[in-house]
Amino acid sequence: MTQVNHLIEIQGLKKTYQSGDTKVDAIKEMNFHIDDEEFITIMGQSGSGKSTLLSIMGALNHPTEGKVLVDSLDLYSLSTEQRADFRSEYIGFIFQSFQLISYLTVLENIKLPMAVTGQKKRIKNQMALEVIERVGLGAKAHRLPDQLSGGEQERVAVARAIVNKPPVILADEPTGNLDSKTANDIMMLLQSLNKDGHTIIVVTHNQDMAAYATRTVKVQDGVCIVDN
Amino acid sequence: MKLHNISFGNIKRRKGKMLFLVLGLVIGISTIVTLLSITQSMTQNIEQRLNQFGANIVMVPKSENLSLNYGGIDVGGVSYKVREFDQEKLSNIRTIKNSKNLSIIAPKVLGPVIVKDKNVLLMGVLFEEELALKTWWNRTGGVFPQKDDEVILGSQAATLFGFKIGDTIRLSGKPFKVATILKSTGASEDDAIIADLSAAQKILGKEGKLSMVEISAFCQGCPISEMTLQIAEKFPNAKVTAMKQAVMSKMQSIDMFKSFSLGVSIIVILIGSLLVLVTMMGAVNERTREIGIFRAIGFRRGHVMQIILLEALLLGIIGGILGFGIGNLIAYGIIPIVIKDGVFAGINTNLGIISILMAVALSLLASLYPAFKASNMDPSEALRAL
Repeated sequence: MTQVNHLIEIQGLKKTYQSGDTKVDAIKEMNFHIDDEEFITIMGQSGSGKSTLLSIMGALNHPTEGKVLVDSLDLYSLSTEQRADFRSEYIGFIFQSFQLISYLTVLENIKLPMAVTGQKKRIKNQMALEVIERVGLGAKAHRLPDQLSGGEQERVAVARAIVNKPPVILADEPTGNLDSKTANDIMMLLQSLNKDGHTIIVVTHNQDMAAYATRTVKVQDGVCIVDN
Repeated sequence: MKLHNISFGNIKRRKGKMLFLVLGLVIGISTIVTLLSITQSMTQNIEQRLNQFGANIVMVPKSENLSLNYGGIDVGGVSYKVREFDQEKLSNIRTIKNSKNLSIIAPKVLGPVIVKDKNVLLMGVLFEEELALKTWWNRTGGVFPQKDDEVILGSQAATLFGFKIGDTIRLSGKPFKVATILKSTGASEDDAIIADLSAAQKILGKEGKLSMVEISAFCQGCPISEMTLQIAEKFPNAKVTAMKQAVMSKMQSIDMFKSFSLGVSIIVILIGSLLVLVTMMGAVNERTREIGIFRAIGFRRGHVMQIILLEALLLGIIGGILGFGIGNLIAYGIIPIVIKDGVFAGINTNLGIISILMAVALSLLASLYPAFKASNMDPSEALRAL
């Protein structure tokens, strides 16, 4: 029997937050895997541990126990700086409420992850222009974020997440602040990125978003209750 | 997109905060520049005044006897034979190492002459040099001598002999016209007849001889003590004395002001640095979300530090330039008020470079801890604030 290598493997994952004498188990026990080019939604109520799970998968949050393997690489055996490099190369983040840098233009926001890569300026510009056209904001490249609508800001956030061509895109409630039409547009954009080969992991509490995914993981009280 | 784009962008966006930070540096640097400029102008002003005071080096023949004269009162009752220098060797003074610092060389011949049956001091001088040196000589009328048969009378001598301007006075049988009479100076010249050097040498029978030489040296930073030694080397039979007392007492006052300025500068700089530190800390705390995003998208700790320190560097340069400019403006305005006849010493380029470097160093030092704190921010903690 041959061993299958998954893109992401979550093994015996636990996360406990401690505040003074109070301990909160955000993730009690999780074990699952994600394959290359999957589009997964992680669903659950507020406080179910889904955002903590996302941050651990994104090499941002050290688990209390367990392992996260990405391409067989144990993320938390890496140093802090190696994890920063990993995020730069492997992960594209889409945060809640867009989280754009208000003093940078649309194009500069999109190019932000490239500020720490060693590519040449010409290549950076070419890549940024490609993604800005892809998200349909070419005409608004030099506007500031607060001159854009919510949907447009979300598109900038998506563009920023994909500009370095990371294999994995992690999105935390990407449609939380959008009307349903704009939310559907964004999910379709993520779907098209998935078809282009990106592995997409979306955390949401919106049941409708699950329709765009190839797989849904439901989380409740820090454990996976459904995986289909 | 480079890290410096983020630093520039942040400075542009947080103009108010950054202005406050620059203000801290500007206050510190401009205070230092103002105080240093005032000190510099004070030094220059005092040195100019000292130059105007006349000779600051006096060369007299060496004597084996001690002087029995104090404050113009001779208590010995014995006249020692006055020794002289050869006038032809006088040009040797101009060959000393610091000759460029020599301003006026005023040779003199001294000796007694009899006028109306009374002994009076005859002082032979080169009028051009002497008048340049003794800027405080004021005439009661007439003009200073233009010819070698004209003399100046000291106020006491004129009163004693009853001479007036235009009178003729006979010295060893030779007539001299009284060109002018000096107002009282309170010094030896009050009792003297001042004549042309070569004329006096003939009258006194001391042709080619000099009794003393008064020298004025530009002493803006010039080593008077060293110059004294250099002259003494050229004239082994001379006693060369630097009149340092006045200089020393004035310079002591300046040194005290310098120490005071240094103390004030240190305090102001400390306050300025504290202001920079507090503002930078505030700015870093405000940017928790932003730093969380930077770290999440792959910025290393060093990248975050670079962004903040680059901002500090830019603000330091701006603060240094503004502080230097404003400091000079304040000094320009305040010097004529605080120093009598004071003149702004001019813009000191070296001080400008030092000011900018100091502002940059301060800004970087005060930003080091905030930058370190920002770079060590746990990205997951920072993102929880999202």
